[in-house]
Amino acid sequence: MMVTGVTKRISAIKFAHLSPDEIRKMSATKIITADTYDDDGFPIDMGLMDPHLGVIEPGLRCKTCGKKVDECPGHFGHIDLAMPVIHVGYVKEIKRLLQSTCRSCGRLLLTGEQAEEYRKQRDKMEEFGADSTDTGNVAKETARDAAARTTCPHCSTVQLKITLDKPTTFREEGHKLTPKEVRERLERIPDTDMISLGMDPTVSRPEWMVLTALPVPPVTVRPSITLDSGDRSEDDVTHKLVDVLRINQRLRENRDAGAPQLIVEDLWELLQYHVTTYFDNQTSGIPPARHRSGRPLKTLVQRLKGKEGRFRSNLSGKRVNFSARTVISPDPMLSINEVGVPVEAARELTVPIHVTERNLDKAKEMCKRGPIPPGPDYQPGVNYVIRSDGRRIKVTDKNAETVSETIEPGYVVERHLMDGDIVLFNRQPSLHRMSIMAHEVRVMPYKTFRFNLCVCPPYNADFDGDEMNLHVLQSEEARAEAKVLMRVQEHILSPRMGAPVIGAIHDHITGSFLLTFKDSKFTREETLKIIEKIGEVKLPKPKVVGGVDYWTGKQLFGLILPQGLHMTFKASICQKCQTCLKEKCEHDGFVVIRHGRLITGTIDEKALGAFKGKIVDKLARDYGPDIARHFIDRATKLAIGAIMIRGFTTGIDDEDIPDQAKREIDDAMTQARMKVEEHVQAYRRGELEQMPGRSLEETLEVEIMKVLGKARDTAGQIAGRHLGLENSAVIMARSGARGSMLNLSQMAGAIGQQAVRGERLSRGYWNRTLPHFQKGDLGSEARGFVRNCYKSGLTPTEYFFHSMGGREGLVDTAVRTSRSGYMQRRLINALEDLKVMPDGSVRNTAGTIIQFTYGEDGIDPMRSVGGDPVDVDDIILTVLGDQGELIAKVQEKGALSYGIQDRDLMETPTDEGGETEQEEPEFESGGAGEEQ
Amino acid sequence: MPEELNVLEHELVPEHHLLSEKDSEKVLKDLKLTKDQLPKIRLGDPAVRVLDAIAGPVEEGMIVKIVRKSLTSGVSVCYRLVIRG
Repeated sequence: MMVTGVTKRISAIKFAHLSPDEIRKMSATKIITADTYDDDGFPIDMGLMDPHLGVIEPGLRCKTCGKKVDECPGHFGHIDLAMPVIHVGYVKEIKRLLQSTCRSCGRLLLTGEQAEEYRKQRDKMEEFGADSTDTGNVAKETARDAAARTTCPHCSTVQLKITLDKPTTFREEGHKLTPKEVRERLERIPDTDMISLGMDPTVSRPEWMVLTALPVPPVTVRPSITLDSGDRSEDDVTHKLVDVLRINQRLRENRDAGAPQLIVEDLWELLQYHVTTYFDNQTSGIPPARHRSGRPLKTLVQRLKGKEGRFRSNLSGKRVNFSARTVISPDPMLSINEVGVPVEAARELTVPIHVTERNLDKAKEMCKRGPIPPGPDYQPGVNYVIRSDGRRIKVTDKNAETVSETIEPGYVVERHLMDGDIVLFNRQPSLHRMSIMAHEVRVMPYKTFRFNLCVCPPYNADFDGDEMNLHVLQSEEARAEAKVLMRVQEHILSPRMGAPVIGAIHDHITGSFLLTFKDSKFTREETLKIIEKIGEVKLPKPKVVGGVDYWTGKQLFGLILPQGLHMTFKASICQKCQTCLKEKCEHDGFVVIRHGRLITGTIDEKALGAFKGKIVDKLARDYGPDIARHFIDRATKLAIGAIMIRGFTTGIDDEDIPDQAKREIDDAMTQARMKVEEHVQAYRRGELEQMPGRSLEETLEVEIMKVLGKARDTAGQIAGRHLGLENSAVIMARSGARGSMLNLSQMAGAIGQQAVRGERLSRGYWNRTLPHFQKGDLGSEARGFVRNCYKSGLTPTEYFFHSMGGREGLVDTAVRTSRSGYMQRRLINALEDLKVMPDGSVRNTAGTIIQFTYGEDGIDPMRSVGGDPVDVDDIILTVLGDQGELIAKVQEKGALSYGIQDRDLMETPTDEGGETEQEEPEFESGGAGEEQ
Repeated sequence: MPEELNVLEHELVPEHHLLSEKDSEKVLKDLKLTKDQLPKIRLGDPAVRVLDAIAGPVEEGMIVKIVRKSLTSGVSVCYRLVIRG
């Protein structure tokens, strides 16, 4: 059975150096020959593939422990180096030790009192919770202080300057120190001084940083691969060890034969090179060792370092089973809690069922169906049965019946996914917690994952080819936890600012707009078509017009609101008139909901939309996630029903404007051009009045930008006069479904000034943007003003300028994503171990305080109202109830008294105005980015 | 020599108070903390240097109480342990 509870607790981890003795002691065999296999293909004894080092071929047994592959962990061997070499990983430490100790007596170059002082300081720091980085810094400081001495306070020897010739050569006033000399010096440092220098002499001695013996990793760490041709291909580490052994051998022979000093030194240096590259093949200052093919070898450091290294790729990240990935597509008929899973995937993904007496019959029945149950309807089958002794039996069509008979309590049956199973659903990049949420499975035909469109914003998903991952939970605990904490409905409110991230987008908003705008009417047939999907509801009394029954869209929308809901707010289509007419708003922009009935106002982005939806916000906050989810599900269906009754499309002719208007725009453009010309002339004549704090040129630019900006707005206004709410594109823009009025005016009016780095275009050729213009031309068309609209088409020069502006946008997004990605990684690394403790404080795993109360106020931003702990307005409204007059007065008062709050630090989603619009390129994978 | 700026008088610098031995113990007891768990402040911190001048010598191991104005909670109090540096 499984062991539960903590059996052992790690209280500390200590790192130390391996001593040569230890290296030899733990070694299973000494390695002396550089050859690996003999002619018959058997490993050579005392070679790099010695069978004492572990087994990699199945069937063989390890000569050290007698175990088989996967049981034997592998065993280290060792190489005795003919001459000592410096370990590259420790050159910095060696340098510090050499510089801070005496060259003759080996003691620390500080008086006893000074050293004592530093040691006391470190003890004190440890008492106050300093970690190893802090104490390490003190050790470094000690060493620096000692290195500054020129004579030894103990034996009065004059110290010489020691320099490091990267990567591994030490020099004393130009004279080369051999590793042997370095080692002798390190040996002389007494244990007592090691403590001051930040090393624990009980576990490691400094001379161990100069190697005399080299551990040889087990063969399991560097397995050789047998190619199809029968040839063996060795691991890079093995190759490197062969190099070390060869040179080591030659060095020993030469030294023993009494070869000239020069030759021995050359070989010694070569051995140093090979040992260095064996550890780190990217050491600066030396050429990397290469494979025969010219590829640099991947040695020890390369195996560990970086994104593809052991730590980030294999230890922090793992590949998993029970997961699936496919293209996603929308399905408004699913609840936001659900995910549609293709049958093919559901048959492959399994959930383990632990068989008990109570579910025995069910398990048997499921197993009998085999891996591909027959029948037109989907029924879960079984892929594997795991017996009580742990044996896995694959269920096939043939053995399904017999295996089913053998099932008894204690078995585990791996059944297919079925409706209602809890799974995790994820889209990369997983930037926030809403990127992985728990969904309920709905097994469906076809081959894509499907989900409700309202869940697109948290995943930042669209359906232009996006793929998503799905993970099946394998334990009851995990399922319970996911259901409580990770279900989609629990994430309607964002922990960023307490506003909904799940809500209607695009067509849903258009649909609800069409449903509720002014007095839209629906006949009995239409009404039934709209509401048939939202479940059983009681239809209100129809309005009778000309003897025919009609229901208004507002009546229908009221059907899905909770009984006692009261709300008052301004819709997206609100025109922000000088004096608000409230309920009598001529644009139907004042939403009033009383007793769960929509009295006036249009339901659009401000009511339902993701990030802005006030109704969704209120329901999630006051009525709980269940009600909110139910509302969103039904609102989706209503909106889709409504938009399908009327039909909705947009095309280029939505931006058609009369010839008269086109002429007006043309006139405005010509005027603007002339005005710019006037400014330029004034500037040339020196009559331009300089603005304070600006140069003459800057003044001119500002003036011109002002004129041209105004020109574009005028064009937009002229075009806008002919774009009314009967226009599909305008409906989308005004209701907040997609696009903005600016987009429309650029399509129908004029595109306006193109800019790079916020300035008019000016670079390209000598004193001009393009050779089509005169040198020094400061006029509007020479500096990137586009007077045409997208619909009429751009002139070649305009097109070129537009591309320049667009390119800047693309480059910016590319740079931004990579930079913010790295920033996020660093933030997460810094914050990953913080948690809020039961006492409200934020602490790290060491138990030290980060914040005394979470966020200094203990407020959970997810449950806050736009950052505030309490929504005062809402409370007043609740207390005063349905007295419309009073509420209005209270709100006016509120506007006066709360209006002056300085909340500039926080961006409140409840703030008025569409200026906080999401920054989002219009055509994600297309090309031309839209300029602002 | 020009008079040194008192950073504590700047409106963006929160209030700093040096706690007496007794107060320190009480704070640690109330918060059920040991000294090593507190956030740190360095002796060389400009605010600590001012405290040193006006409230007597500040030494390693003393506790400084910091009271900040907070947008959301009005006032928030925190404590820092003085360390070397």
